[in-house]
Amino acid sequence: MVQYLLMKIFRALVTVTLIVSAAFVVLRLSGDPAIIILGPEAPPEAFEAFRRNWGLDQPIWVQYFKYFAAVFQGDLGNSMRDGRSALVVVGERIPLTLAITLPALFIKLAIGLPAGVMAALYRNTWVDRLIMMLSVAGFTVPSFVLGLVLAMIFAVWLGWLPSGGSDTWAHAVLPTVTMGLVGAAVIARFTRSAMLEVLGQPYIRTASAKGLLWRDVVRNHALPNAAIPTLTIIGFLVGSLVAGAVVVESVFSWPGVGRLLVNAVANRDLAVVQVILLLVGLTMVGANLAVDILYGIVDPRLRIKRLQAGS
Amino acid sequence: MTIDTTPDLEPASPTHASGSVFTSKSRLRAFFEAWPPLVLIALFWVGVIAVVVVGAKWIAPYDFMALDLRARLIPPVFMGGDWTHPLGTDELGRDVLSRLIVSIQISMVIAFLSTLIAAIVGVSLGFIAAYFRGRIEQVILMLIDAQAAMPFMIIALAVLAFLGSSLFLFTILMGFYGWERIARISRGLAISANERGYATAVRDLGATPFRIYSRHILPNIASTLIVSLTLNFPEVILLESGLSFLGLGVQPPMTSLGNMVGYGRDYIQSAPWIMLAPSAAIVLTTLSISILGDWMRDKFDPTLD
Amino acid sequence: MTDLLRVNDLKRHYEVHVPEGLFGRKASLKAVDGVSFSIEKGRTLGLVGESGCGKSTTAKLVLGLIPATSGTVEFAGTPVTARHDAQWRAMRRRMQMIYQDPLGALDRRLPVITQIAEPFEIHYAQMPAAERTDRAAVLMDSVGLRPDMAMRYPHELSGGQRQRVVIARALALEPDLLVCDEPVSALDVSIQAQVLNLLDDLRERTGFAALFISHDLKVVRQMSDQVAVMYLGRIVESGLPEEVFRRPQHPYTKALVSAIPTPARRGKRERIVLEGDPPSPVDVPSGCSFHTRCPIAQASCRNAVPQLVASGGHAVACHLVNAGATPAVQAAE
Repeated sequence: MVQYLLMKIFRALVTVTLIVSAAFVVLRLSGDPAIIILGPEAPPEAFEAFRRNWGLDQPIWVQYFKYFAAVFQGDLGNSMRDGRSALVVVGERIPLTLAITLPALFIKLAIGLPAGVMAALYRNTWVDRLIMMLSVAGFTVPSFVLGLVLAMIFAVWLGWLPSGGSDTWAHAVLPTVTMGLVGAAVIARFTRSAMLEVLGQPYIRTASAKGLLWRDVVRNHALPNAAIPTLTIIGFLVGSLVAGAVVVESVFSWPGVGRLLVNAVANRDLAVVQVILLLVGLTMVGANLAVDILYGIVDPRLRIKRLQAGS
Repeated sequence: MTIDTTPDLEPASPTHASGSVFTSKSRLRAFFEAWPPLVLIALFWVGVIAVVVVGAKWIAPYDFMALDLRARLIPPVFMGGDWTHPLGTDELGRDVLSRLIVSIQISMVIAFLSTLIAAIVGVSLGFIAAYFRGRIEQVILMLIDAQAAMPFMIIALAVLAFLGSSLFLFTILMGFYGWERIARISRGLAISANERGYATAVRDLGATPFRIYSRHILPNIASTLIVSLTLNFPEVILLESGLSFLGLGVQPPMTSLGNMVGYGRDYIQSAPWIMLAPSAAIVLTTLSISILGDWMRDKFDPTLD
Repeated sequence: MTDLLRVNDLKRHYEVHVPEGLFGRKASLKAVDGVSFSIEKGRTLGLVGESGCGKSTTAKLVLGLIPATSGTVEFAGTPVTARHDAQWRAMRRRMQMIYQDPLGALDRRLPVITQIAEPFEIHYAQMPAAERTDRAAVLMDSVGLRPDMAMRYPHELSGGQRQRVVIARALALEPDLLVCDEPVSALDVSIQAQVLNLLDDLRERTGFAALFISHDLKVVRQMSDQVAVMYLGRIVESGLPEEVFRRPQHPYTKALVSAIPTPARRGKRERIVLEGDPPSPVDVPSGCSFHTRCPIAQASCRNAVPQLVASGGHAVACHLVNAGATPAVQAAE
């Protein structure tokens, strides 16, 4: 188990290193980092200080390590637009993003999981076909189209909900529902195939051949086993809470991290972009690691391997 | 195979139903079992799109950039407009149908080129991993994992922020979408092909690795790859239109489907058709290609995930 | 006469992990464990033994398809290496292989004539396409395939025809050495003889040397000028086919020979049935590896590995035979 964990943590660290390195490479590719981080209008003494601080006169690999050191100290430069620390600028938007993405995650799971299980249990019946049709639609309708159509119906025609902004909880409804519906399609499809895979296994046939009630077979044998692969996709969704919000926040003018990112990209506010990139990278890696650890706890095969490995 | 059933359609059509009704009916049923109606509709729509992409120049009734300030925000025919502008005009009096046609062309060409790039990058890296094994394979697998762990939208946004956007760069960038899936699939397929005798046998004849992979392994795994590329294609369309919608992809005066939706949303209240026409095009196209991809996968390659 | 192929103390060990005890243990699987032989130009050596005795591994080592753990293979004076570089590829022109499973060895997406012509494409890139096709057609004719089969795909041919395609492809470059790894064991018995006769004819016509591998003694006997019997990665007996099969010396060979169903000899010869399966090559018994199943083994057989000792072209690796004391089984003959 320790070995398994260490390996996973090592891989996570490697991925983080890769992400930070990629940021470094792209940063260097795109021109003088002093200008990029500080902006072209910064005073000359700021450039001086920055160059000395970041050691831009030193060989590239020294700069690379210094960059790492700076990143891990949270020294990520200032926003080009308002001059404040990019970390702070991003940090104050995080709660707003979570305010819509966490309820959306709940919707995804509450609709997606049962729908996927139902589709698998009633495979090739109209239930399955209907759920899969909706799921394919969820896959192929872009979230901005769904968002705009919902806005058109509920804001423009019916006037029940506001179409943009963040003043009241009512403003959060449309973005949350949009994200939830799109994500539910992903989860439903994945759960269905995980369930089908499990239902095709010999132990399920054995369990039902033993005379167990089908309901009990599903509850005690199929669902726990299908949960294991489904964890992966849930982990991915948790990790991409911020990323998933980019388009929807823009559609509904919701001032979260996603909209900040779009604006930062449009204005080439690179310090902010870099912080968000690292933030997303770290949450993804963290979520993956959490899923891996859960796997280690949930999956009996890994437990057995552990025993066999003798550690 | 499926193609064999096509001639059977003739006697099944009512005008030729001279023989027993039973056979005609079962032939008709067999035809629709081989070609589900949904698949036929999807195929039809993809055909329409292909014609539009190839013949955009001749089909579009107006120049897509031509302004006509006297004819602004004219609704489409079915919303009270007339046939001079079947899908209406936008806020600058540009013909929505013409813009839609050009947008479809640009979005499809970008998606096609990007998928091609993803295929080349993915297959090459997958084959390299399968050929060298050992450390090089580990490095490639790590890259694949890293790419899969990061939402591509975020990577794309970061690159656009750092490097700016041009049509060329944007297409290349989209080309990096999905390479990791294709690399993973081609690596797996190449490894199993290597374990099968034919690749080894050709190697034992003295063939170079390049020959083994390009002449023998690639054709043998092509059908699986094509299916997975078909499933990649609509996702690239969605990504491209998403970024263009945000104003970070295809830039005006060029237009694309996402771009049109993005600018049309300002008129969601007064002129929803500007936004609805490209939205419908995106949905119908991605839906059709996904249906075809799923159908092909079920038919040719049930092993693919 | 000079040797075309010289194999000296060839070994191939695999590192394996044996699930045993708390941690498992590392062990080495000795697939081939010290094999030496040589083949003269134009001659055929038959290699015979039970499945898993290392015959196929030996074939792959001889061709340099996999690297040897130790020992050397020399082909026409040049060492054969397993680095798949340009020199290795050029060497394929002179050494070729015929596989057990012809369907697996053929690309199912190419018509057979293209596959027969492929060696020309690989090694004689400047040869015009028309000439390549002509030569492939001649090859098809020489292995007894009809011209109308040229554009067929492998799955449209019978097993015997497929093997003919593989043979034609292997002989396209007129190699000096052909390694045949169980070339007929996947075929119907009725087809086996045809393919064997074809190989025999072709050998007479083109004069290639061959390493012929089979578990079937009769097949080996028909095809070989020399035979070697393998057991657990070693050669236990070798010599002329008549010598080895008429007067087997090693108790293992005796058991193999006695298992051939020959109606004429019924009653004359007692069948020697070996006890149990061959031991796993991971746990090769100490001393003579055959002692666990040998009907005449003595305690001393466990101590030292017997060496192959030749007397008049017939070599045996058995302590008892080489000490001149083989009473018990001798009576059975």
